[in-house]
Amino acid sequence: MLGQLGENAKFLAGGQSLIPLLKLRFANPEHLVDLNFIAGTSFIKQEAGALHFGAMSRHAEIEHSALARKISVLHDCAAGIADVQVRNRGTIGGSLAEADPSGDWASALITLDTAVHCLGRNGGRTIHLSDFIKDAYTTALAHDELVTEVEVKIPPKGSGGAYLAFKRSAPVYPSASVAVQLTMAGDVCQDAAIALGCVGLTAIRATNAETALRGQILNDKTISAAAEEARAAADPQPDMRGSAEYKRQLVVALLKRAIQIAVRRARGEQVEGAHLYA
Amino acid sequence: MHETSVPETAAVENIAVTIRVNGKLYARQVEPRLLLVEFLRETCDLTGTHVGCDTTYCGACTVLMNGQAIKSCTMFAVQADGAEITTVEGLEKDGKLDPIQKAFGDSYGLQCGYCTPGLMLSTHQLLAHNPEPSEKEIRKAIAGNTCRCTGYMNIFKAIQLAGQNMKGI
Repeated sequence: MLGQLGENAKFLAGGQSLIPLLKLRFANPEHLVDLNFIAGTSFIKQEAGALHFGAMSRHAEIEHSALARKISVLHDCAAGIADVQVRNRGTIGGSLAEADPSGDWASALITLDTAVHCLGRNGGRTIHLSDFIKDAYTTALAHDELVTEVEVKIPPKGSGGAYLAFKRSAPVYPSASVAVQLTMAGDVCQDAAIALGCVGLTAIRATNAETALRGQILNDKTISAAAEEARAAADPQPDMRGSAEYKRQLVVALLKRAIQIAVRRARGEQVEGAHLYA
Repeated sequence: MHETSVPETAAVENIAVTIRVNGKLYARQVEPRLLLVEFLRETCDLTGTHVGCDTTYCGACTVLMNGQAIKSCTMFAVQADGAEITTVEGLEKDGKLDPIQKAFGDSYGLQCGYCTPGLMLSTHQLLAHNPEPSEKEIRKAIAGNTCRCTGYMNIFKAIQLAGQNMKGI
């Protein structure tokens, strides 16, 4: 249908980003194709070691899903996006397709083994999330292609994660965010995935910070070393949310805190992670 | 006199919608770009739902759609076709204030009142699932509603009192 309507048509999912952009005249499509009335596009299920989310699953549905709690990063992310009203409308598929540099989902999911299922005129295809997000507001989706499902592999036993964002108030985009997934053997970190949000054109994988943790006993010294690598990996723009240096400092503080939560969760502890407001 | 203030454009066809607002069915022809909040205020003449920021921030336009709090400035009216909407005008029953409305008054949980309808509907969603919320739970539930007068402390008290009043009914 989008193919018939031409280049100036756009899909409308939850609308919590697109409708404000329309009001600001940052987006000016001639046609909107509303996906909200299509049955079967909102679901959460577990299959073959992975959680599957229908593209139109609302953030609030994921926040309250017992299945989604199996992956802490997912629950942290869903429960912290904006506010109740936005979470009741906004969708996981819409957030990924929007690829806002300050969006929560891409930063959180990129630390996990995440596949994005897409559907277009020529059929379906599956794109790994790291190949799906191309640039700020730019994905691998063709103009007439949409996201149908997001598939997230459940991390192995002994793995724990956390997603933390700092926001000036609930409804605004975070000033900075950090996602961590650690696989532990006792006190030793076997594997680490670290992503930084809102401090670059896309979520940034802090690979040097990951290397700083792998094979190490996690203590103040090794965690600080990883946090300094993350500071260097961040590439923030100064704006109304703060200077570049301030955002780098936020990344350091958030990462230290997220690592500590992830370690405790890897041990099987229940830790409530909360987004931080000013 | 209460026609939509959005100018007509010849190129766009109006779309038929049927929306149940506070129990009453409204079947209307609307422009596809008409926001739900404008439908409520201009078409249904229910001006208790306010427009504050118009940028999905302040929550003054919060209403319930099928029981869930949403920002009616961030949805098109055509998207609410077939839905059930509750606005602040729908809280009062038979001339009697809803326990939430009464608690906001009794606790001085408002000053200028502009944010109050939205806050009361966010409170409605919270208390429907959790009649005895902690202060932390209240803060999370109303984080999408901005008040520029009260400092929120009396709003927390009002929400806790509303929960107690509802249990007492």
